[in-house]
Amino acid sequence: MAEGTSLALPRNDVPEGASLKRFARRRSTIAFLMTVPLMAVIGGLVIWPAAYAIWLSTLNRRMTQFIGLGNFEILLDSETFRMVIFQSIFFAVTAVILKALIGFWLAHMLHHLPTKGQRKWRGMLLVPWVIPPALSTLGWWWMFEPSYSSINWILAIFAVPAVPWLGDPWWARISVIIVNVWYGAPFFMIMYLAALKSVPEQLYEAAAIDGATSWQRLRYVTLPMMRNIISITVLFSLIVTFANYDIVRVLTNGGPRDLTHVFASYAFQVGVLAGNIPRGAAVSLFMFPLLAVIAFFVLRGVNRRSREEM
Amino acid sequence: MSKGISRRGAMRAGAGVLATGALGAPMVHAQGSGGNLRFAFWDHWVPGSNDAIRQLGARWAERNRVNLTLDFINTTGNQLQLTAAAQAQSRSGHDGISLVPWDVGAYADQLEPVDDVIGRLVAKYGAINPVAEFLCRRNNAWRAIPATSGTQNKPALCRFDLLQRHAGIDVRAMWPARNEKGPGADTWNWDTFLMAAERCHAAGVPFGLPMGQFTDAVDWVGGLFASYGARITDERGNPTIRNNPQLRQVMEYAVRLARFLPNDVWAWDDASNNRALISGRSALVFNPPSAWTVAKRDAPQVAENCWTIPMPAGPQGRFLAYLPFNTGIWAFGRNKTAAKSFLEFLSERESAEFTTNFSGGYDIPPFASMSDFAVWTREGPPVGTIFNYPLKAHHDARPSIAFAPAPAELASQMYIQALNTKVIARVAQGGESIDAALGWLEREVNNMRRGG
Repeated sequence: MAEGTSLALPRNDVPEGASLKRFARRRSTIAFLMTVPLMAVIGGLVIWPAAYAIWLSTLNRRMTQFIGLGNFEILLDSETFRMVIFQSIFFAVTAVILKALIGFWLAHMLHHLPTKGQRKWRGMLLVPWVIPPALSTLGWWWMFEPSYSSINWILAIFAVPAVPWLGDPWWARISVIIVNVWYGAPFFMIMYLAALKSVPEQLYEAAAIDGATSWQRLRYVTLPMMRNIISITVLFSLIVTFANYDIVRVLTNGGPRDLTHVFASYAFQVGVLAGNIPRGAAVSLFMFPLLAVIAFFVLRGVNRRSREEM
Repeated sequence: MSKGISRRGAMRAGAGVLATGALGAPMVHAQGSGGNLRFAFWDHWVPGSNDAIRQLGARWAERNRVNLTLDFINTTGNQLQLTAAAQAQSRSGHDGISLVPWDVGAYADQLEPVDDVIGRLVAKYGAINPVAEFLCRRNNAWRAIPATSGTQNKPALCRFDLLQRHAGIDVRAMWPARNEKGPGADTWNWDTFLMAAERCHAAGVPFGLPMGQFTDAVDWVGGLFASYGARITDERGNPTIRNNPQLRQVMEYAVRLARFLPNDVWAWDDASNNRALISGRSALVFNPPSAWTVAKRDAPQVAENCWTIPMPAGPQGRFLAYLPFNTGIWAFGRNKTAAKSFLEFLSERESAEFTTNFSGGYDIPPFASMSDFAVWTREGPPVGTIFNYPLKAHHDARPSIAFAPAPAELASQMYIQALNTKVIARVAQGGESIDAALGWLEREVNNMRRGG
């Protein structure tokens, strides 16, 4: 049936009052009605909370007065918040790079395993990603625990001095990143593995005939073919890592001296615990414009490349 | 007579039973004639302590014919605080709720004044804890009733054997399980404390004093600051940091003390100090008897060498860190009269003692006249170990909460962000000068005050 064609009978055959029925049977109407539940879900669970958060961030502490961008201005004047910005960016960028590299390496290792063994390894390597992060972080916390760290206990066997994993600012930062990488690298691995499996074998054969080295095969065949999936995975992970809350909350609670706080944990502290909900909302929205711009350019690049490949 | 029961008779009798049952059904819920009441209390971490509230609640509900529902919400993951925040936002939920110290101020506008209840209680039991009054009295009215369940002091919980051996201090003689000071009690000040900290550190059993961002850390440092008269703001919230000799003095002291603490105290949470004591690695912590209670079960040889004594005194006197729970009645609640009556019942001496007994002496009632419950005298081993846990007249001490006398909306931010421990950490761990750290503190406070 042609686009937009009505299923209704010709007008002169239609009894009076059937125009509503005709309207309801039009394709566009049916399509709209079928999307209503999705729009309701997006409206109720995404747009409304986001709009409410934006509205909250423009209010004063008592939520009685509109102060525009006042909360953002106050935050930028705060040394602690500027440190939170640095830490969030350092945490997200470092963790995403490490997750991407480790995930890529693991995917390659798995890809070259025989199918039988591959399934077993794939299952095992996915375990960190499957465990709820709050629980697995608690496990890590026990290993890093200030006084009775099991890692330090093992280090002591080899006469290595105890490391203040969560007490020293840089070790605490590294600990938080380690846990995030441990948790997130399997996601990269599985995505990259799927992408690797979709690269046509003929391309590698052609490259081998041309005398390409393994580095050249990686550089000129594998990476270009995986570019879209790498972009999307990195973007997705960047957004999720910027919004990370549970790892910092469980592991360090932002300490020592706020040096491990990220936006989400600081927003919770300022907004909910300290009772300044508008400022907490401003903290949580701080990275939204930057991430939106990054997402726009990344997705535009992906779309452009997809069109070129078609 | 021996005709038996006819079909019709059986039907009639059955209908009668049904009718009686139907008419009698509301009587099953007869307590309901006083209406419904739903309260959320803090889920006590001393096992079995919630049963005290449950039993008291059942007793009161039966007497007043009220359908009472009790929920116990824990503070792990800040669930209780989140519940209060959600209910305040949505203006619906429980009739009353346990509030962490600063939340009374945060929700003052939405809490029902309870001056009438407080008036009657004060007339009966005397003065109420001044910190509780500072926290609960907002906008010229009492906005919550200081609770017994969950309220704690944080005195020094010592290993008397280790302090005797390494620092030469006999804390049991200083602070015996009697309503009097012992010899040397007047020398229990922060200088003596520093000397003992140094010696115990050298002996490998350093004092387990957290310096992170959790309440145990903020509270004991708050007590230290108070005993030096070091205030960060005045009553109106204006910073009093610049040219403040008391603040500088306490900073210098704290930085010296930090040298004798374990090097990871900056990351300690509220359980770290307990573990330090229970494991036998620490000679002193500032804590309620919960650490000792766990030690009784897990490390009895540690527990039987524990003794609770007041915090040391400073130039401005002796202060005791106090962390209360308060119970508020939402202004949007539907059964406020019954709610008030219930909270008044829970605050009575018999109820408070019943609650404290269930917690093994952990819970502290808000009235000084109730610091003589038998549980604190009889608990052991060693018997009398928590005699000095409640604040008693002979301690010559005052209760304190960190960041008082700042207004609640500012104090809560400073408290949650642990500005007092962070300012010390910036010097002791971060290597900043005291001037630089105090400058940072002033800027942070000023930033918190903005956007009111």
